[in-house]
Amino acid sequence: MTRVADVDEALHARQAAPAQYVAGGTTLIDLMRQDVERPERVIAINRLALRTIDAAAGGGLVLGALATNSEVAHHPRVRSEYRVLSEAILSGATTQIRNMATTAGNLLQRTRCIYFRDPHAACNKREPGSGCPAITGFNRNLAVLGTSDHCIATNPSDQNVALTALEATIEVRSAAGSRTIPIDKFYLLPADTPQRETSLQPGELIVAVTLPPMSGWRSHYLKLRDRQSYEFALASAAVAVQLDGSTIAGVRIALGGVGTIPWRAPAAEAALRGKTASRDAFREAAEIALRDARPQSDNGFKIELAKRCLTQALLEVTA
Amino acid sequence: MSVGTPIDRIEGRLKVTGAADYASDRILDGMLYGVPVGSTIAAGRVLRVDATDALAVPGVVAVYDHTNIGTLHSHGSSSLKTGIVDEHRAPLSGDDVQYYGQYVALVVAQTLEAATEGAAFVHVTYAPGAVHNAPITTDEGERKVGSHRGNPDKAFAASAITVDQTYRTPVETHNPIELHATVAAWEGDSVTLYETSQAVVNHQRVLAQMLGVSLDKVRVFTHYLGSGFGGKLWPWAQSPLAAAAARRLGQPVKIVVTREQMFMNVGHRPQTVQRVRISADADGRLTSLQHDSTNHTNMLDDYDENCSEATTYFYSVPNLRVTSGLAKRNVGSPTSMRGPGAVPGLFATESALDELAVALNMDPLALRLRNVPQRDEGLDIPFTSCHVGECYELGAKKFGWQQRTAAVGSMQRDGMILGWGMAGCSWIADRLDCEVRVELNPDSARVFCATQDIGTGTYTMLAQIASDALGIPVGHISVSIGDSSLPPGPMSGGSMATASVIPPTIAACKDALHKRKSASAEETVVGYGRSDGTFGGEPKKSSHSFGAHFIEVTWQPEIARLRVRRVVTVIDGGRIINPKTARNQIEGAIVFGVGMALFEETRYDPRTAAPLNRNFADYVVASNADHPSMDVTFLDYPDYDLNPLGARGVGEIGLAGIAAAITSAVHHATGVRVRDLPVSIEDLLAP
Ligand SMILES: Cc1cc2nc3c(=O)[nH]c(=O)nc-3n(C[C@H](O)[C@H](O)[C@H](O)COP(=O)(O)OP(=O)(O)OC[C@H]3O[C@@H](n4cnc5c(N)ncnc54)[C@H](O)[C@@H]3O)c2cc1C
Ligand code: SF4
Repeated sequence: MTRVADVDEALHARQAAPAQYVAGGTTLIDLMRQDVERPERVIAINRLALRTIDAAAGGGLVLGALATNSEVAHHPRVRSEYRVLSEAILSGATTQIRNMATTAGNLLQRTRCIYFRDPHAACNKREPGSGCPAITGFNRNLAVLGTSDHCIATNPSDQNVALTALEATIEVRSAAGSRTIPIDKFYLLPADTPQRETSLQPGELIVAVTLPPMSGWRSHYLKLRDRQSYEFALASAAVAVQLDGSTIAGVRIALGGVGTIPWRAPAAEAALRGKTASRDAFREAAEIALRDARPQSDNGFKIELAKRCLTQALLEVTA
Repeated sequence: MSVGTPIDRIEGRLKVTGAADYASDRILDGMLYGVPVGSTIAAGRVLRVDATDALAVPGVVAVYDHTNIGTLHSHGSSSLKTGIVDEHRAPLSGDDVQYYGQYVALVVAQTLEAATEGAAFVHVTYAPGAVHNAPITTDEGERKVGSHRGNPDKAFAASAITVDQTYRTPVETHNPIELHATVAAWEGDSVTLYETSQAVVNHQRVLAQMLGVSLDKVRVFTHYLGSGFGGKLWPWAQSPLAAAAARRLGQPVKIVVTREQMFMNVGHRPQTVQRVRISADADGRLTSLQHDSTNHTNMLDDYDENCSEATTYFYSVPNLRVTSGLAKRNVGSPTSMRGPGAVPGLFATESALDELAVALNMDPLALRLRNVPQRDEGLDIPFTSCHVGECYELGAKKFGWQQRTAAVGSMQRDGMILGWGMAGCSWIADRLDCEVRVELNPDSARVFCATQDIGTGTYTMLAQIASDALGIPVGHISVSIGDSSLPPGPMSGGSMATASVIPPTIAACKDALHKRKSASAEETVVGYGRSDGTFGGEPKKSSHSFGAHFIEVTWQPEIARLRVRRVVTVIDGGRIINPKTARNQIEGAIVFGVGMALFEETRYDPRTAAPLNRNFADYVVASNADHPSMDVTFLDYPDYDLNPLGARGVGEIGLAGIAAAITSAVHHATGVRVRDLPVSIEDLLAP
């Protein structure tokens, strides 16, 4: 384990030899203990000056990569202008975990698929080509959207669903320079390479997440699960709307718990734009959002659950 | 009088300051750490255990498997006298694998880290066999008739109003917060075991036999227990393994079972399938009841859940038959889990009663009241003390049951649909053999007994009983338990510890006071007391605890969200020694019941028979946010047939009946009848 003091040092250390960054460690250390992740070296980036939340030029907000989930969720501007993000983060994990977890680490948290987390089981994501026991085994918590014959694992994050609805961008640095990745280009569908989850290149360091200005928007996150707290979503919805009276002028929808990636629903958004807010309109949009869903043996109920979740989230945000 | 008052736990300060020494806290000079390696197949044989790489890990001192662990004896037949164990076979005593996770090797090292790393480098080659993992059925196994009266088939056939349904409960895993642990240290040919045990005397008996040493060579300590729920009643494989390794290496060895291993190696409540046939006349008087149950067990042992525990006496019904059978599967051994038998059994029979009430178009409370038993009709003997009718009536009053409207979904509050349900509950009340020694000083005393406090309040209760018997304030009484070398005391199981310790404690106090008369004022005098148990004998009277639960759930169909909001429970549990610790037991059991009804299920892979959700993220128990508001009342009628204070036990009864009361409320709210626990979102979304 190497500790580094600034971004350049981190990039140098990473260039010198294969290694994995560790921030809060709530994903990576767990998986190392379970023998699922086996990095040769880890680079601890906690001391980098990225634990910041600043105003962005043009009115948005820049979340430093190391801003903790708690700091983001309780930030006054997040609570007022980006409520969906605050609600999403607070619906996840526990206070203790959110105090450790970071914005960038959360972007890269791994699936909760039971077979992925058991090194004795086959799994295409962990060991490409070994097979997918979830498709023929236990898959209640896995995806119905964006699946392939190689992998049906869910992206489990709440934060990332909100960031998708907010059209956040991800700022990364590498030895080659900097680039900005829009969140809808960040996550990759499993297709036949489920081991590749994002468009991040080896060695690239996330330095920040930028939230665009959202004045005139209201937003909201609704998460459904078996118990009341401390559980990943079976279905969730991040919604943002611009209302003109009761007419929907703008709308963004992302679904969680049902997709292999945080799932944006553009067709449902298009169907709502210009419509009057009503339960029927929302239910119709929900039908569209789940139109392409593919149930597995144990998770067919998620399709109806996600529809109800989205309908209710839209009702609540427009109420 | 201290008995009957809600005093704080006398050991509470030690617990909240971290000073209480739990088994896994123990660190001895030269102590080594053991990490067992679990099988990654559920059936077959171990062909080869290659320890080369493990032994190369710095700090690893030994790797044992079935070829080199030395002699460990499998335990013979279980009985209170010879010692009870559910997994009879000694660990590493053969090359066959009977369940996923079965220990196939043990790595011992100077640090836990080295042992853990070493365990990852033990390479085991298997010859896998066929896995028996199919769902169990009600007609499986050799059928045993547990109780029979009248002609239930004829009465059922003749009845116009009948229910014939099958109920299922899944595997549930105990998961006390404290992991099972053993620290074993030999001195010459004697071994000391620091254990997580609900029964130190039993543990001593079983381990003496497994290790092949005489009883006096084994001493077992459990000073404090981070709860057990039945999972720590009997010894599990880590205990003989630690002792065997410590004996071979001549150094103390500690093994702490991991949370994952808790799902494989230390028991679970078996899955059950139960068919209930019940019939009534038009007035709701029961005419017949048949209860046929099967539970799974492991390949080598015959664990019988006894689902009909309460069926035979809890209802007044002239015609009855209960049968049971076992289904062998490739799983680790099941074991007692809080309220074994009665808890899954009452889920089935009380659910059937709820369905019968619907069929009769009768209030479920009225149906219960119509069929309250006046005597134990199963054994045809009177009850010592039974106030179940009063439990129903008082609970209904406190809950506001008369406001209930029967139609499904007909009650609402704050835009949510309400469901109101209820069920009765019962649990055994018995005593075990117990001896107690009391040392009486001029103004203080000490009570000694080889029982243990599993978090239920035994320390405090013993002090309260002795305080009253001796006329000395509780603060001047100290209590020594959790040590098998003390006068033999009862296991903390079956809710029998409290009732068992009362007679000998009072007798020992009297004996000491008597001796005090002929001693000088400064002298310490010692009193002894003992009493024989009632458990397993042929009773002349039937002694049981009773109770009733009333439950409110809220249902929000628009988001498929079901929550348990309010529970009113009334318990007829004899005289309550300490209302604070007793309430703690019932409230804990209610929350346990919320988990049982709505969340808990250990799921096995259909192909490999590996338990899949073997961690706290995927095995869902009730969180704090899932706690309903709870209103618990004790009737407090003493049961003097059981002991001079009239106390029974209250550790288990609170869990019985909860799941049926919740599914009754779920049906009232949603119209969905869930017969296969837990109630899931998918059940409620179904059209
Ligand atoms: C018990 C439990 C319950 C949870 N429940 C929820 C829940 O309900 N909802 C939810 O959304 N989440 C939940 N989580 C997940 C939690 O949100 C994530 O573990 C956390 O956000 C990860 O952040 P971290 O900083 O700890 O990441 P780390 O573990 O430090 O890192 C995670 C990954 O990101 C990489 N990484 C970290 N920082 C950078 C960087 N700056 N640049 C490039 N790569 C980087 C690491 O290399 C690693 O691969 C839960 C976690 C646990 C343990
Ligand atoms: S769903 Fe994906 S992560 Fe899960 S077992 Fe299949 S390949 Fe692995």
